[in-house]
Amino acid sequence: MLKATLARLQQGHRTVAFPKGTPTLPDRFRGLPVIERAKCPAGCRECIKACPTDAITADKLDLGRCLFCTACTDTCPRGAIRFTQDYRLAAHRREDLVMPSFKLAQALDGKARRLFGHSLKLRQVSAAGCNACEADVNVLNTVVFDLGRFGIQFVASPRHADGLLITGPVSENMKLALEKTYAAVPAPKIVIAVGACALSGGPYINHAEQHNGATNLLRVDLFVPGCPPHPLTILDGLLRLLGRLDTR
Amino acid sequence: MIEQLSPAALRDTILGSGARLAALFGDGTKLFAVLADGSVGVVRVLSAEVGKEYAALTPELPQAHWFEREIFEQTGIVPRGHPWLKPVRRRADATEFYRVEGEEVHEVAVGPVHAGIIEPGHFRFQCHGEDVFHLEIALGYQHRGVERALAGGPDKRTIHYMETLAGDTTIGHATAYCEAVEALAGVSVPARAQALRGIALELERLANHTGDLGALAGDVGYLPTLSYCGRIRGDFLNMTALLCGSRFGRGLVRPGGVAFDLDDARAAQLVERLDAAYRDVTVAANLLWNTSSVRARLEHTGTIPERDAIALGLVGPAARACGVERDVRHEFPSGIYRFFQVPVSTWHTGDVFARAFVRWLEIQRSVAFIRDQFKSLPAGPTHIEMKLLAPNEAAVALVEGWRGEICHVALTDAQGRFARYKVVDPSFHNWCGLALALRDQQISDFPLCNKSFNLSYCGHDL
Repeated sequence: MLKATLARLQQGHRTVAFPKGTPTLPDRFRGLPVIERAKCPAGCRECIKACPTDAITADKLDLGRCLFCTACTDTCPRGAIRFTQDYRLAAHRREDLVMPSFKLAQALDGKARRLFGHSLKLRQVSAAGCNACEADVNVLNTVVFDLGRFGIQFVASPRHADGLLITGPVSENMKLALEKTYAAVPAPKIVIAVGACALSGGPYINHAEQHNGATNLLRVDLFVPGCPPHPLTILDGLLRLLGRLDTR
Repeated sequence: MIEQLSPAALRDTILGSGARLAALFGDGTKLFAVLADGSVGVVRVLSAEVGKEYAALTPELPQAHWFEREIFEQTGIVPRGHPWLKPVRRRADATEFYRVEGEEVHEVAVGPVHAGIIEPGHFRFQCHGEDVFHLEIALGYQHRGVERALAGGPDKRTIHYMETLAGDTTIGHATAYCEAVEALAGVSVPARAQALRGIALELERLANHTGDLGALAGDVGYLPTLSYCGRIRGDFLNMTALLCGSRFGRGLVRPGGVAFDLDDARAAQLVERLDAAYRDVTVAANLLWNTSSVRARLEHTGTIPERDAIALGLVGPAARACGVERDVRHEFPSGIYRFFQVPVSTWHTGDVFARAFVRWLEIQRSVAFIRDQFKSLPAGPTHIEMKLLAPNEAAVALVEGWRGEICHVALTDAQGRFARYKVVDPSFHNWCGLALALRDQQISDFPLCNKSFNLSYCGHDL
């Protein structure tokens, strides 16, 4: 008991200041990408060719497909495309993830916000996620992010949940289980899709063994891009959805 | 490099060699076996044209059990005389489960959606009261078609399959892939890149082992270590992010070397953070070993005898916890591990305690290894230009991931593209071990036993 008490003192207070303070991210962290089209040489298609998930087209960049890898930045001859440190990426509608029309998620409106704004219980379903998104969702439960202080909790049964948080491209072999879990959540319910796989299929896009994410099967209320998204990106998205961030 | 044999000679060689099966798979009507003999550090690749069927190895060689089911599922080749020829990746409701009959025997079904934030799988218990007679593990829910998509590569998506086929083992699988293609291209990676890959691989081990100790503490209701390790695991992940921007090492390991270098300031910061995290995890782990109520729950739970671990071909901490000295870094060292030895960490009791304690021993040795790297980090480039892959060749790469032996086998066609690319995640060997560990245990100990193995679902399902 004495050892446990001493250990407690030694470990100290570890919860991040977010959302009140500004979070520190590693300098090599790859957040919101920016393209300076003015720098692009005429007719250059290098980044379009290099992108493993065809997230880049002649005039658009789909954050829902982006793996935040360095294929485009490595290949660009002019440095026209780069990743910023901006971890805020979550959107309310799928089309809001397509740059240049990128738009951060707005708070739920009216009744939904009244219902979920201060208490949100979620059931997580991994539908062929690679355990990276799962791990960085799970980490929100640690003392570092302390999800409980926002009234958000992951629960063991869909019957106790207000919604689902889905990871993975939704394999054919998990489709039925996902649909049954969704049906078991009492209405009204919300759906949150986390990670490139759940948004578009990610690296597995157009594989016959999966369904290009949850968006083709269920109505999704929050889209969180990344491969995997940083825990702060997920937390920021959740708080945005619940209207718990000062977004002035 | 592939030894072409007759079906009979293949069988005799596998059964007579005494070596471990690192891989056994089919391609068309051919069978391929990778034999790993750790006592002499030799890996052999055997092949035979078997046609539609062959005499199953499993009755005499239990470690072939899961492989032969996979061969049947993937190619249709029938291992004649296999005791339980059920697909390993098909949906659980597609086939029947093994059943124990009896008036007082009841069945418990768990999954695929679990209570925690984990991957899906189905567990079917045959119980007598609280006691588990038999556990059947049905996987395949995570199947994304990885091996099918790898054929014809490498292409721009290949490295991303490697980084996500088991996302918590990004460095391990990416390193195995790179070693395989670098061997096929005849390219030798600069020393600095090898050292950085080693540092990243050990950081991956540190993060996961620390997380596992915390989760084991949580499963026996010991909250201090659960909450400390949850945080410290993140500290290790953040060190990987300091190196490459991603907590999981995405984008770091690339064919020809690594994509990010380590400047002096960054190296100094890494060492400082490593020391702090090590201090904290030491305190958190020692609480487990010094708390009698924790030890009482971990000891004598889910025990696997050493002979069973060898017969099943277990790998990684699960094998070492049974006293089996099996570690790729020691037996088949590649890259930086040819120059820096990591002592093999074993324990002899084979129970949940042993699997936890081996992780703690390995945490200490990984930290020592990384410190050694920083004392003598080679100068020079971190990348070398890749070349085309040799046509009609084969390469095997073995890497000791945090769960155990990762085996990649690349076979190229006449154009130097992948004719077949086989991935064996350590979980593929070890799921059987979990099923065995549950025999004669209380069903309520399943979460604890499961966590003590902490196997990959997607790495198995591919």
